[in-house]
Parts: sequence; structure tokens; C-alpha cells
Amino acid sequence: MELDRSTFEELRQMSGPDFIDELVDTYLEDAPRLAQEMQAALEAKDAEAFRRAAHSLKSNSATFGAMRLSNLAKELEKLAKENKLEAAARLLPGVQPALDSVAEELKGLRQ
Amino acid sequence: MSSNHEPGHLVVVDDNRVNRLLLIHGLEQEGHEVAWAENGRQALDMLTSKPYDLVLLDIEMPELNGFQVLEALLANPDLRDMPVIMTSASDELDRVVKCIEMGAVDFLTKPLNPVLLRARVNASLEKKRLRDQQRKLFRTFATPEVAEQLMKTGFSLGGKHVEATAMFADIRSFTTIAESQDPADTIELLNNYFALMFDAIAGHGGTLNQMVGDGLMAVFGAPIAHEDHRERAVRAALEMIENLAAFNLQQAALKKVQIKIGIGIASGVMIAGYTGTQHRATYTCVGDTVNLASRIEAHTKVVDCPILVDENTRHGLPDSLQVNGLGPVLFKGKQQSVNVYSVA
Repeated sequence: MELDRSTFEELRQMSGPDFIDELVDTYLEDAPRLAQEMQAALEAKDAEAFRRAAHSLKSNSATFGAMRLSNLAKELEKLAKENKLEAAARLLPGVQPALDSVAEELKGLRQ
Repeated sequence: MSSNHEPGHLVVVDDNRVNRLLLIHGLEQEGHEVAWAENGRQALDMLTSKPYDLVLLDIEMPELNGFQVLEALLANPDLRDMPVIMTSASDELDRVVKCIEMGAVDFLTKPLNPVLLRARVNASLEKKRLRDQQRKLFRTFATPEVAEQLMKTGFSLGGKHVEATAMFADIRSFTTIAESQDPADTIELLNNYFALMFDAIAGHGGTLNQMVGDGLMAVFGAPIAHEDHRERAVRAALEMIENLAAFNLQQAALKKVQIKIGIGIASGVMIAGYTGTQHRATYTCVGDTVNLASRIEAHTKVVDCPILVDENTRHGLPDSLQVNGLGPVLFKGKQQSVNVYSVA
């Protein structure tokens, strides 16, 4: 199980049935885009752009309780901050599979 | 709607769509009208084009970041007092502290706690409402310039010595005028008169201290210091006479009563300060200089000159402002006679 269910439930309670769907959709649209931004930033050797994208992915994932993905993004953000783009490049491939699991679980939770 | 607070017009600024959605949703549920921007530049465009009550400002953003937006807001006199709540991830606390030092109202850490959000937003809106009320209050007894100064520095009750110029003005034979017409007409006359006088005084940076009956007192050089306070006072007096002349023409055309005034001006040290309470106060000036200005004003009737000034004032005037010496005058309550000058 990818998601911290209590976090997600709290979010769902607070948002209501319609809004939670809109939220999930937005997250699932933005996350792959952020992953792409990180990839592009690597190629352009732009540590700052990489860091910003990682930062957004980190906070969004935490919002939904996707803690594994969030922690991965947090690590990527830290590496980018320290300008260690090579190390970040090694970790980046882990994002897509984590994201896929999260997406699957979120879609499954849709009522 | 769960809130019993007045709704406001808010702006949410965040480049992250999920965060924006969350914030907007939460705030709209409270009954607020929420506009949004996805970067600092957009935010500034919006804030400078319409009035808003509060901004929720993220720090990390492309184009202009939260710091830069905050700086721009603080540099803009119209937006300086806009309540700003910074939103930030908790591991940026040192940057949030920086924002607060810069003057942001508050901050909320992400992920946002809805209860905290509601409380903080309402508190900020309430504070803004109080400030707006206070500003209106200040404006009723001070010029906008002074009001802005007071809003910035606040004011403390208590006095200090200042070097300034006091001005008294009175309508000649006002009682006779009042007795010859309807009370309603008298009040209307007074209101028109004061509006014209206030215009001239405020236009030269003076502060209207009091209006008592048909008399008024103003001060130049305090509470906002102006080095050329003497010149400002005299120029204001000249404009007051000018405004009155135009007013009288109008009155004559309407077959209404025309009025004459006397203006007395004296400069020097005086004690100035706010008296009253923190919520309702007047700026008061007392001392010899003030008394002298009042005596000089009364003397305008005696010599039939509209504007009289004392020696101290005369010394501060440029050559372009002509005065005629009327010689020494001994005023009641003073041991030595005082040189008085009429402004042409």
C-alpha cells in the first residue's frame, strides 16, 4: 500500500466527494509533468529548476499521503540543492514506478 | 458557510496547482471571494489593478518569488498595508522568519491545517478592517500626508518641543452674520468655509488642529517636520484669502452673505503632542508661540489687514513674499512688545 490512508482520509473528509476527485486528477496530471521537468533540468544541468520540480512533487505527494514518493522527492530536492546532479540522476528513475503505484491506488480509492 | 466573519476578496499566489486548489477551496468554503495567480508577476499585476483584502503568498515561485513580491508590495504606498500571509513548506522556516522581519503579517506552513487557515485569515482580515477604520479616523483630523505618517509610526500620547508655525483664522463679525440668517444657512456657510480653508492648509502640508465655532487653528512643521514651515504657513494663508475671494464672488451671485477673515501666524518653539486616548486623539500645540498667533489674529481686526505674521515667521520667508512692518505691538499678557508684519 502506497498511501498513508489516514492522511488521505483526512483530506477526503475536508474536501468533500466532488472536490477530492478534482484534487486527485490535478495531482495525477501534475506529477508526471514534474518528473519530466526534472529530467529536462538534468539535461540542461539546471540544478535550480530540478530542485523546484522536486520540491513541488514532494509537497503534493505528502498532501495525499504518498509518503514513499514524497520522501524520494525530498531526497532529490536535497541533492539538487547541494548541486549533486549526478547523484540525483541516479535516483530519478525511481520516481516513475513509485508514481505509477500511487496513481493506481488513488484511482482505486475513487468512489 | 461555517464562518460568521465578513467575507473578503483574497488572492492566492502559488505556482503549484494542487496547493492552489486546496487553498482556494478552503477559502471559498468560508464565503470568501478568491482570485489566484500562479507566479509573482501575475500577482503584482492583479494587486495593482484591483483592491483586495488579503494575499496568501507562496515563497517558491518562478518569475518573481514571494520575497520579491513582498518587497514590491512594501515599496508601493497603496499596497504597503495589504495583509500578507506567507505560505511555505516547513523546512523553509528561516526564510519565513525573513518575511516576517520584512513585514508580512503571518505565515502558514504547508500542508495547511484548515482550522489554522480559517483562524489566521479571519484574524488578518479583522486587523485590516481595524486599520482601515483607524485611517479614516486619522483623516478626519489630519491631512492624508499626516495620516499616512501616523499609520506608519503610530502615535504616542505625550508631547515634545517642536519648532513650528501656528496659524489662527477667524471669520469677522461672525456672530452678526449668524444672527442675520437661518441656522441651516449658517452651518452651510461654515462647512463651505472650512472646506476651502482645509484645502489651502492641507495643500501646503499643514495640519488642522481644531475648529471652534467659526475659528480654526492649524500648525505647519508638526507633526510632520518641514524646514520651510514658515513659508508654507504664509502661502497657505494667501491661498485661503484667494479661495475666499472666489467664494465671495459666488456668494454675491447667489445673493448670499460674503465673509472676511483674519489670519494670525507666529513661529517658534511650542509643545506639541497627542492628547486624548489611543482611539480618539487630537494633535495639540500649546505655548507662547501659539498664544502669540492667537493674539496676532485678533489684531487683524484692529489694523484691518487680513494676514499678520510675527518676527520669527518673517525671518523664514523668501524675498518673493512681501511683508510690511507695522511696528511693535504690545499684546495683552506679554511683557514686551512684538513686531508685527502684514503680508501683502
